[in-house]
Amino acid sequence: MNNEKKIATRQSYGETLAKLGEKNENIIVLDADLSSATKTNIFAKQFPNRFKNIGIAEQNMMGIAAGLATCGKIPYASTFAVFACGRAYDQIRNSICYPNLNVKICATHSGITVGEDGATHQMLEDLSLMRTLPNMTVISPSDDVQTRWVIEEISKKQGPTYVRLCRLATPIIYDENQKFEIGKAIQHGNGTDATIFATGVTVAQALLAQEQLKKENINIRVIDVYTIKPIDKDMIIKCAKETKRLITVEDHSIIGGLGSSVCEVLAEQYPTKVERMGIKDVFGKSGKAEELLNYFEIDSEAIVKKIKQ
Amino acid sequence: MKITKIGALESIANEIRIGVIEQVYEAQSGHPGGALSCADILAVLYFNQMNIDPKKPDAPERDRFVLSKGHCSTALYATLARKGYFSKELLKGFRKLDSNLQGHPDMNKVPGVDMTTGSLGQGLSAAIGMAMASKMDSAGCRVYCLVGDGEIEEGQVWEAAMCASKNQLDNLCVILDYNGLQIDGKVEEIAGLIDIKEKFESFGFKVVETDGHNIESLIHAFDVARHQKEMPSIIIAKTIKGKGVSFMENEVSWHGKAPNKEQYEQAISELKLKHFEQAN
Repeated sequence: MNNEKKIATRQSYGETLAKLGEKNENIIVLDADLSSATKTNIFAKQFPNRFKNIGIAEQNMMGIAAGLATCGKIPYASTFAVFACGRAYDQIRNSICYPNLNVKICATHSGITVGEDGATHQMLEDLSLMRTLPNMTVISPSDDVQTRWVIEEISKKQGPTYVRLCRLATPIIYDENQKFEIGKAIQHGNGTDATIFATGVTVAQALLAQEQLKKENINIRVIDVYTIKPIDKDMIIKCAKETKRLITVEDHSIIGGLGSSVCEVLAEQYPTKVERMGIKDVFGKSGKAEELLNYFEIDSEAIVKKIKQ
Repeated sequence: MKITKIGALESIANEIRIGVIEQVYEAQSGHPGGALSCADILAVLYFNQMNIDPKKPDAPERDRFVLSKGHCSTALYATLARKGYFSKELLKGFRKLDSNLQGHPDMNKVPGVDMTTGSLGQGLSAAIGMAMASKMDSAGCRVYCLVGDGEIEEGQVWEAAMCASKNQLDNLCVILDYNGLQIDGKVEEIAGLIDIKEKFESFGFKVVETDGHNIESLIHAFDVARHQKEMPSIIIAKTIKGKGVSFMENEVSWHGKAPNKEQYEQAISELKLKHFEQAN
């Protein structure tokens, strides 16, 4: 992990979209007046005829994306996660997922790492809402390299997809040669003292914790669960068999997200105790992103503390 | 094949109405009131206006129709069957477990259905997406979207209306089935929905008002819309909920219920009598 160079996954998204636009002229980008924050403005500058700013009208944006998809276009619709999944939930459900249309919802500003804007803008339920929808694929990338791969890969794959992106700049975890596959998680380390299942911004936090614990001779493994749906059941069961403790950590409510997904797999296939770290059924609050990771106990310090308990 | 004879189109509208009643009766479920009010509009669209071929339901260059008021699916199914997209026999399966004719239209199950609808207020946005795609590809498609008057109480409709005119979608034609009634009563009483013409004009639409049961006026309205440049059109079609069945007309209770045997027989005999009159 390169802790020196940090990049936000929203930035990786915007840059990849612009490159993708050159390769595939069916890609259309929609935004709801947040293009400078979601970074779709990079695409907009390069391909003004294939960019539509719909204005502050997320429900309409999702419906338009659906209509474009019926005509063979590949719409990428972006706004903040709270407005995409919350305000336009019914549109995503009935106009996109039910008809199984090829719409890519790439939502930025997920989780408490939105920071200073506070609770109204910190989406903590999106994984939960999106993964219950039939036909939907749900991806939560953890770094720049992975995000760039995901954004291109989903353009080749038919069907509705939700990608959870972040505002906060985070360390680069993977090198350019890393292989990714939708539906597969990535294992970091072979420790057997505990498994940390992480997703999105918490993967880097878990890897930091792993380094610190190693110095104290506590060996854990970190699983980057970047595909929330379909989830990598084999990896979850393997870790349950091979390690002493299972812990999930996410910048999302402990209800319905990664923790719940892991529990669902294990409850049915290999009953094992799981400890969930995440936002504990409360709303977020204002503060700096790093302060909030610490406050809500989902940073490396909290993970180390949890492991030592 | 475009049908231009007014009598023939009236006759088709009547067949659509018979199809509506038969489906709702057979299923003992459905929404006859609003389906009867839009039958003439659908007859004109599918048999006089739209560039479509039932043998090629997925042709990219075809015109599109979005039934935003998806609960009036029986009218669309009867129209599509009459046009030849599928056998009329299938109408008997409406709302039944082993049928593709869902309560609300499913584009993946029924040939000729261009968009899945049912949750009110969403169809116009999808129609905008289709109209935009056609513009981007210079495909020359026209996109028609039928909305209910109760339906336009949904905020998303106005988001979409603003967007359609901002994008100068002159290939988009909205039709408002203005029958004045919604489930709980009159639209102006339930939600204060008044001055609809002025509202759409101020949102940048070319507004054409017409009698939604007069075939000749409807054709004229669609022609006006077709020639409008750089702005979307809306045809405000004044209609009667339950049109064609005496005891259902303007009766809000027929929004979403099925007739019993006696009522069914009366409704069909009224419609068949009209059919006989039209044919002679």
